[in-house]
Amino acid sequence: MSASGSLWLIPALPLLGAAINLLIGKRLGRSAGILATALVVASFVVSVAVVGSLLALGAEERIHTQHLFEWIRVGGFSVGADLRLDALSAVMILVVTGIGSLIHLYAIGYMHGDPRYGRFFAYLNLFVSFMLVLVLGENLLLLYVGWEGVGLCSYLLIGFWFEKTENANAAKKAFVTTRIGDTAMMIGLALLVLRFGTLDFSVIFGSAAGTLTKGAATTIALLLFAGAVGKSAQVPLHVWLPDAMAGPTPVSALIHAATMVTAGVYLVLRMHVIFEISGVALTVVAITGLVTMLFAGTCAFGQDDIKRVLAYSTVSQLGYMFMAAGMRAYSIALFMLVAHAFYKALMFLGAGSVMHGMHEETDMKRMGGLIRKMPVTGVTFIVGALALAGVFPLSGFFAKDEILEVASSTGRPWMYVLGTVGALVSALYMGRLVFLTFFGRARSEEAEHAHESSLVMTIPLIVLAVGAAVAGILDTSTDGLISRFVEPVVGSVPEGAAGIARSAVVTISLSLAVVGLFVTWVVYASGKIDWLALRVRMQPAQRVLEHGWYVDNYYSALLVTPGKAAAAWLAYVFDAKVVDGVVNGIGAAVRALARSGRRLQTGLVRTYALAFLAGAICLLVYVGFRL
Amino acid sequence: MQADLILFWVFAPISIASGIAMLLMRNAVHSALFLIVNFFCLAIFYLILGAPFLFAVQIIVYAGAIMVLFLFVIMLLGVDGREDLRERRLIAQRPLAVLLGLGFVLEVFFAVHGAIGFSRHAPAGFGKVNEGGNTQALARVLFQKYFFPFEVTSILLIIAAIAAMVLAQRKARAVTQAEMEAHNAALEPAVVSSRPIA
Amino acid sequence: MRTPIAYFLVLSSILFAIGTVGVLVRKNALIIFMSVELQLNAVNLTLVAFSRMHNSLDGQVLAFFSMVVAAAEVVVGLAIIVSVYRRIRSVNVDDAEALRG
Repeated sequence: MSASGSLWLIPALPLLGAAINLLIGKRLGRSAGILATALVVASFVVSVAVVGSLLALGAEERIHTQHLFEWIRVGGFSVGADLRLDALSAVMILVVTGIGSLIHLYAIGYMHGDPRYGRFFAYLNLFVSFMLVLVLGENLLLLYVGWEGVGLCSYLLIGFWFEKTENANAAKKAFVTTRIGDTAMMIGLALLVLRFGTLDFSVIFGSAAGTLTKGAATTIALLLFAGAVGKSAQVPLHVWLPDAMAGPTPVSALIHAATMVTAGVYLVLRMHVIFEISGVALTVVAITGLVTMLFAGTCAFGQDDIKRVLAYSTVSQLGYMFMAAGMRAYSIALFMLVAHAFYKALMFLGAGSVMHGMHEETDMKRMGGLIRKMPVTGVTFIVGALALAGVFPLSGFFAKDEILEVASSTGRPWMYVLGTVGALVSALYMGRLVFLTFFGRARSEEAEHAHESSLVMTIPLIVLAVGAAVAGILDTSTDGLISRFVEPVVGSVPEGAAGIARSAVVTISLSLAVVGLFVTWVVYASGKIDWLALRVRMQPAQRVLEHGWYVDNYYSALLVTPGKAAAAWLAYVFDAKVVDGVVNGIGAAVRALARSGRRLQTGLVRTYALAFLAGAICLLVYVGFRL
Repeated sequence: MQADLILFWVFAPISIASGIAMLLMRNAVHSALFLIVNFFCLAIFYLILGAPFLFAVQIIVYAGAIMVLFLFVIMLLGVDGREDLRERRLIAQRPLAVLLGLGFVLEVFFAVHGAIGFSRHAPAGFGKVNEGGNTQALARVLFQKYFFPFEVTSILLIIAAIAAMVLAQRKARAVTQAEMEAHNAALEPAVVSSRPIA
Repeated sequence: MRTPIAYFLVLSSILFAIGTVGVLVRKNALIIFMSVELQLNAVNLTLVAFSRMHNSLDGQVLAFFSMVVAAAEVVVGLAIIVSVYRRIRSVNVDDAEALRG
């Protein structure tokens, strides 16, 4: 089968897995996980083959499309089920299927013994399938289908253990919050249809410059970005991601680190043409990314739950990606996406391994010294942490470094400075996490008796660690492999001569990372400072950070409580009294009418006879007058 | 003064009076008897109007057969007892009925007054119509012009007879021995009652 | 004949009215029925009067038919009254109000 002809296999294989597991998952037992993993691996193999054939083509012709069938045709508007493989989607499918396979493998061991084992893998496969549809779609409607699909699977998977109310609530919160963004995005799609008459990428990108005014482009871009804000958990729609940690750890790794949350970044990258016509939109993107990055970084520092640190960290790292996109450094944003997928998924899986060893304990205060008990997990985790903190020569260093360099060289001093501060913050919270968890004395029973996880869980960790470490070679500079690969799609990285030299940027960020890690080692692991006492003294500040600057509470007071009150009013007052009142009123009116009408039926012959007579006389008079 | 005029002015008040009397009697048998008087008066009117056949038929059929049937049923059902003439349920019924009745009469009065007037006498040629005797003339019209309705009414009479038989039939019911004895026992003390056996 | 025809017509209308009032006012089914017979007879009188007025025997034939039909009607009507009496043990029409709404 040709490359174009086999595009459909990539999303179809996991979909098949989902269907099989949904129908007969229970009977398959342990094989459900193996089947699901095998299908994602198969999809990965097909992806590699297809991308390989893409590479064989010349740089400007690297596009494979496959038209599956005509999906919608209404009047002049038609949408086909078309798949498109270009450099951008190629990178995405490799990330999704590759890291997805590793996470599936991990989940076989992690979810062992769960009563709904088969359903878990069905949902996981379904998610991968939808994500692939999202990135492979040739038009915005297919993208939206994938978008909504991953939102659905995220809801299903976050609330997988729905017996606990807080898990179900977290799933609801995720769905509702992303819905806000999705609705804005839908409006953006509608506007696009109005302007272009179609949602096909090729048509839109081809005629965008001529058809859209700056104002229209800004509106559309901002609406689409709102969807990205929701899906990628940026401020102010970030509140769902920390709570989403209620789901099983493989879910957090796959959805909330490597793939779904990156859909927002993909959207901006894909639709960059429109963003560029409106310069304002890009500024909004960059600023949102910047704010989120700093905000979430500080919150990550105040968390005690290991997964929540990683959640806020994800939000922060996504902020970096949006910063890059806002500065038109799209390929760097993409590279950071890839690197982040590796080390964040790695760290989440590592956290899951830690939790397994600690009997599902997530409070870092009760951990400590785990590196001795769980060496593989520990070492791989540290690799990931160092990558995130931006230590040379791991992947994160290159990604972060390039973003800062672009900020500096294109004359954005504030971005550069704040970005560097953010780099320090990330080093701080990562160091805190690593040192509290893996070093120092064991601070609880579980930590004393922790044990390493099984092979099926540690192998993915090792593979991901290798990836996190060496992925840097993909884009060692702004003219690296990935940048050149995706250049035909997203353009080249802007260059400038402003700001400080590259070497200065590198030195500063590297030293800040080292400083941050050193400080946290001193505080948390060296034993020289009683960090518990310090923590007690700084309780109020720590509380603020732990509660995410109380954003959730503000939302609750401003939106949730009035919303619930309105819903209660509608249900108990409006519906019960007004709507039911009208309906019952109609019934009552009919009954009253019938009651008065019934009085005619006296059942007595004589009244009927009287009526006859009266009628007859009237008729007689009438006829008499006529004649 | 012609005989018919005298007869009219004698029997018209009698017929009206007997009608009203029929209306007012509490006893059903008395009502029936007054109605018979009314029918006799009407028969006289038919005679005045040159319909001797109808005069005879009126007396034979109406007064002689129909009213006797009425009396049979009254006696059969034993409802010749006192009827309560007070109106309890439909208070407006009586005034309304009388009003409407009067209205009807007035209406006809004015219609007649407007149409043929009160001084028009019957035309003279009625004797020619009754050629050969009223019965023969009637027979001629009946069996020639109105033959079909004649046949239909005869069928109607047969149907009416059958209908009456069916309607008046007591539904046969299987009576058990116990019921029979209970019935007989109950009948014993009732023998001395003066009521006719229903 | 010296009597104006109109007199007979008015007389018959009076008798008809009496019969109507009887139908409406009395509660005994048999007396109501008798009032109906009075109405029929009043109409017969009208027919015969008109027959005299128009010098034709059609009116008399019609009156004759009316009598026949009235006879049949009385037969069936009385049979019905007897059936109803067997059911409700009364000839008071106010007692037959099963169709009361």
